[in-house]
Amino acid sequence: MTVIDNAVRAGERVSPRLTFRQRLSRWDVKVSPYLYIAPFFILFGLVGLFPLLYTAYVSLFKWEAGDDHPDFIGIDNYKELFADGQFWNAVGNTVSIFLLSSIPQIIIAVLLAALLGGRLRGATGWRIGILLPYAAGLVAIGIIFANLFGPKYGLVNGLLQTTGLDPVDWQASRFGSHVAIAIMVNWRWTGYNALIVLAAMQAIPRELHEAALIDGAGTWRRFTSVTLPLLKPTLIFVIITSTIGGLQIFTEPKLFDAMPGSNNGGSTNQFQTVTLYLYQSAFENYDLGYASAIAWVLFVLIVLIALGNFFLTGRIAGVKRK
Amino acid sequence: MRTIRNGLVLALGIALTAVTATACGGDGKQETPAAAGPGEQVDLTLATFTEFGYEPLVEEYQKLHPNIKISHRKTGQGGPYHQDLITKLAAGSGLADVTAVEEGHLSDVLDKGSKFNDLTKIGPATASAQRWLPWKYDAAKTKDGKVIGYGTDIGPLAMCYRKDLLAAAGLPSDPEAVKPLFATWDSYFQAGTDYVSKSGGKAWFDSAAQNFNSMVNQLPSGYIGTDDKLALESNQGIKDAWTKVTDAVAKGQSAKLTAFSNEWNSGFKQGAFATKVCPSWMLGVIKEQAGQENAGKWAITAAFPGGGGNWGGSYLTVPTQSKHPKEAAELAAWLTAPEQQIKAFQAKGNFPSQVQALTDPSLLSQTDAYFGGAKIGELFAEQAKKVQHAQYKGPGDGQIQENASSPALQAVEQGKAAADGWQQLVDAAKKITR
Repeated sequence: MTVIDNAVRAGERVSPRLTFRQRLSRWDVKVSPYLYIAPFFILFGLVGLFPLLYTAYVSLFKWEAGDDHPDFIGIDNYKELFADGQFWNAVGNTVSIFLLSSIPQIIIAVLLAALLGGRLRGATGWRIGILLPYAAGLVAIGIIFANLFGPKYGLVNGLLQTTGLDPVDWQASRFGSHVAIAIMVNWRWTGYNALIVLAAMQAIPRELHEAALIDGAGTWRRFTSVTLPLLKPTLIFVIITSTIGGLQIFTEPKLFDAMPGSNNGGSTNQFQTVTLYLYQSAFENYDLGYASAIAWVLFVLIVLIALGNFFLTGRIAGVKRK
Repeated sequence: MRTIRNGLVLALGIALTAVTATACGGDGKQETPAAAGPGEQVDLTLATFTEFGYEPLVEEYQKLHPNIKISHRKTGQGGPYHQDLITKLAAGSGLADVTAVEEGHLSDVLDKGSKFNDLTKIGPATASAQRWLPWKYDAAKTKDGKVIGYGTDIGPLAMCYRKDLLAAAGLPSDPEAVKPLFATWDSYFQAGTDYVSKSGGKAWFDSAAQNFNSMVNQLPSGYIGTDDKLALESNQGIKDAWTKVTDAVAKGQSAKLTAFSNEWNSGFKQGAFATKVCPSWMLGVIKEQAGQENAGKWAITAAFPGGGGNWGGSYLTVPTQSKHPKEAAELAAWLTAPEQQIKAFQAKGNFPSQVQALTDPSLLSQTDAYFGGAKIGELFAEQAKKVQHAQYKGPGDGQIQENASSPALQAVEQGKAAADGWQQLVDAAKKITR
């Protein structure tokens, strides 16, 4: 043993120096893979990670746009933010609009997908049809819906009045404005989510449904016990993307304001969302440090709610499956 | 083969590093501004918002100065335009050589006066103070006496009203006969009470904020005192204006239509209100929104509650970012010269701010058939001379008007108590100026 050991060691010691060519090829094996994947990481670093970290850095300053020497104030921006009634009001509005939009949206999307998955004449036509709202320009939708929900001359109130109901001042009432904005969001996104769910439904093996049928399961039972559990991964995806989208909602409330160009979210901020408040702080009040603090709190909030949703979805859709 | 691939990898690596380096260090070199030599090609940019009526003038200027090429950037709305302006001012690049600034945002720009050229230093001699109405010229002076903007148009205030609606309610409706109604704010709101009761509850004016802004604009200083501190609570004039306007709202005089909203536009067509504070540029808005079907129903008279007032109008500035400040100042001076102001007035109705233009026969003879053939040129020239002084506006003044007082009044119109609305205004203004 020792002899062999020594021989190997000796052999190593006496091995000739690598040629330049050999060293290059060794580097090639070691380094090249990193270079091949580098574009993504460089891009991510530039447009993802750097802004994220720089925002955290800026949030520690009292930094007015155009300031040459911003003051370092530590976590004062965060302290102020947590005591800021307008911020919590915005958080409340965002969560309320998010719940009013996401919950009906996902339920309707799943039901729509179930309908579209059945036997329909001209199925492709229907499927394209539900995607159409998604193709419409967001700004155009915002302007049209703001018109529809006009308090005096809006179509919705016109309809309410012809059916004998009282008109609603959609912009003035807090809940009314949230409902109106949620309808805008749902109109645009439901079809999109329905198509994703539909794709997942079509991937469910027929045999499972046939087996359930033989076991005597009705349509509803098959839907809840076969389809829904198998949709779980897709539902998680849909819920997480709509969480991110819903908590960042910006264009709809901005365009819903009666005052053109306003970032106030209504006369008493009744529908100002967190991103709208962030935008107002940064680009109307030019308070970049404060806006950065809002951005970070929003980021943490989104991560928390997405995690919460993840666990919740796991419970709802995964009870009997393993 | 091997070596070729290695070479490629190396090249890729270098290229990536280069890309990253340029992406990070992309700030332009600061070139020292200097006047261009004779005959040298100069590219100038001109940035305006909404309608300045400058399109034909830009063509004309390029014909007169073959070595100058102007690219004109137009933006639709004033709000986003000024946000962009401040951001680019902060970034230190991207602003046009000649940048228009609206009067409401002027205080924010004056606050950053060091980033603009002093036009008394680089501008042509023809553009001296005597050219402009004194209050217009003075408003663009920084605290240390620099003049950073040449005045373009102004917005002298008069009162527009619906002749037919006033007549139907049994009120005087002839332009001379209505003048006493519009003599003071008290007489105006008194007439409003009359109108509401005699017309069966119709609204007297479009929105509270429109009247309130006009009233505040008439005061010697606005929301900010001359010490640049918030003077909202100590300024009795503002408090009085608040009380008068919110009383009128309580009496049902407001149509509660936020200015420039879709509902407001519809309100013009529906005849939702009988009177409207009318800066000169508002005539175009009324014509467009009320439409031909209401031609002749609207009228205007040379009277405004509390004397005169100014609302709106802009300035042309030359930021220090400009690489050709001398040429830019010359262009700005030319665009704001009396002859060009008259042309812009004829094109888009922007009312001239220059003494000489105000006595120009082509301005004085201007009439408007839509408003019953009123001599609007003469009328607004008269109203412009009633403005006594430039109001002192500290930094943040325009923002308080837009983001504190207008929303607070809107809230009162939506049912909030006047006292709570005032508190909302005070809190919001404190937040803006903190």
